[in-house]
Amino acid sequence: MRAYTPKDNVQKKPYYTDRYWVAPQVAKHDVSSDAVFTDDLEAIKSQFEVLDAYIQVDQMVVIINACDNFGVIEMLKNEREYNQLSEMSAIDWLASEGKFEIFYQMLSMSKRKRLRIKCKIDEKESIQSVEKLFRSADWSEREMYDMFGVVVNNHPFMKRILMPDDWEGFPLRKTYPLQGDEFAAWYEVDKIFGKEAREIIGPENRDPARIDRYDTERFSRLGHEVPRGTDISQGEPDTPLVYQEPEGVFLIEKFDAEQSVVISDRHR
Amino acid sequence: MAQHQVNYLKDGGLPVALTTIDKVVNWGRSNSLWALTYGLACCGIEMMASGASRYDFDRFGTIFRASPRQAELMVVAGTLTKKHAEFIRRLYDQMTEPKWVISMGSCANTGGMFNTYSTVQGVDRVIPVDLYLPGCAPRPETLQYGVMMLQQKIRKESASRAQKPKRLM
Repeated sequence: MRAYTPKDNVQKKPYYTDRYWVAPQVAKHDVSSDAVFTDDLEAIKSQFEVLDAYIQVDQMVVIINACDNFGVIEMLKNEREYNQLSEMSAIDWLASEGKFEIFYQMLSMSKRKRLRIKCKIDEKESIQSVEKLFRSADWSEREMYDMFGVVVNNHPFMKRILMPDDWEGFPLRKTYPLQGDEFAAWYEVDKIFGKEAREIIGPENRDPARIDRYDTERFSRLGHEVPRGTDISQGEPDTPLVYQEPEGVFLIEKFDAEQSVVISDRHR
Repeated sequence: MAQHQVNYLKDGGLPVALTTIDKVVNWGRSNSLWALTYGLACCGIEMMASGASRYDFDRFGTIFRASPRQAELMVVAGTLTKKHAEFIRRLYDQMTEPKWVISMGSCANTGGMFNTYSTVQGVDRVIPVDLYLPGCAPRPETLQYGVMMLQQKIRKESASRAQKPKRLM
């Protein structure tokens, strides 16, 4: 296997070493450029504190305090005709800011507008559920908890949705290694056989580039079959397809390759 | 008339076939491999195609059963996630002896392209495997050939004694 490199500071590693690289930014426009969004923003501002608001790619982004999330979305649903919560989840900014960003993507079918509500919470902070307003938030919030560890208050069934219930760690956090931590690597072995079986079963082979040309323990070779564990360092035999034992099979008609029909026309 | 004629030069002059218990039992076992429906991912589609009319598994005696109690062959067709690992082990344990496992496709063999935290890197970490089929996904011909290879393997095994259960460890 390749040497393991620690992946707990992946965010600090720049992907580009080009000194003159400038990360592309999506242009932000002022909200006043769109009359519908201006009205919506005024309505939000009249009841709640708005930290920032702008228009990006024809969609308004409103950044609010995390404690107002239920109120803002309730108001947008009941008074401003934003009748769909098309998507919601969290974004991991723990490395740079120590916070999660929660976003709610909303759609108004009647106004044909999309609007995004964003708020930031600390790592240990929890957020109010909007499941009472949109049923689509039920599974989304469970997935957010599953993947990021953001606890949602007043959720009817706050439980992991994709990973097993006894899973440790939150896989979509940037600090989570892609190929799993030690718990993940031994999960199925620990659960089925117990920890004492780790030595017998051995670690996972995580190197996708590993090819052992002479390994006959793990792979069959179609057309080059040898019994398991045979030493083929001197080259393996070139065996033709064998459908039956050469001496024939008891009670079964001997397969005659000469007389068998080969279908060459797929659409016969 | 001629078909009932006794060939006195064959089989010691008796109109009977002599064989061993092993051969009879293995003939029965190898030609009635009832498989558990275990399509986990896209390989499952190829497995279904193998069972359907064009490739027709029924002529090998391979009939897909929806219960592990009635199955003796498990074709693990697809990606095995870590969450599912305990269930595949439980279903394998519920199958009656003797039982065989075909690991179908790259994902079941080694984890395949899913080199991630949530995928079991080869079902042989969880259950003992008799046959590995390469491919992503293997064509139905490959699965057919694999089943025929497994039939050959079964015919080589001894049937007279209680089969030694396969153990992963």
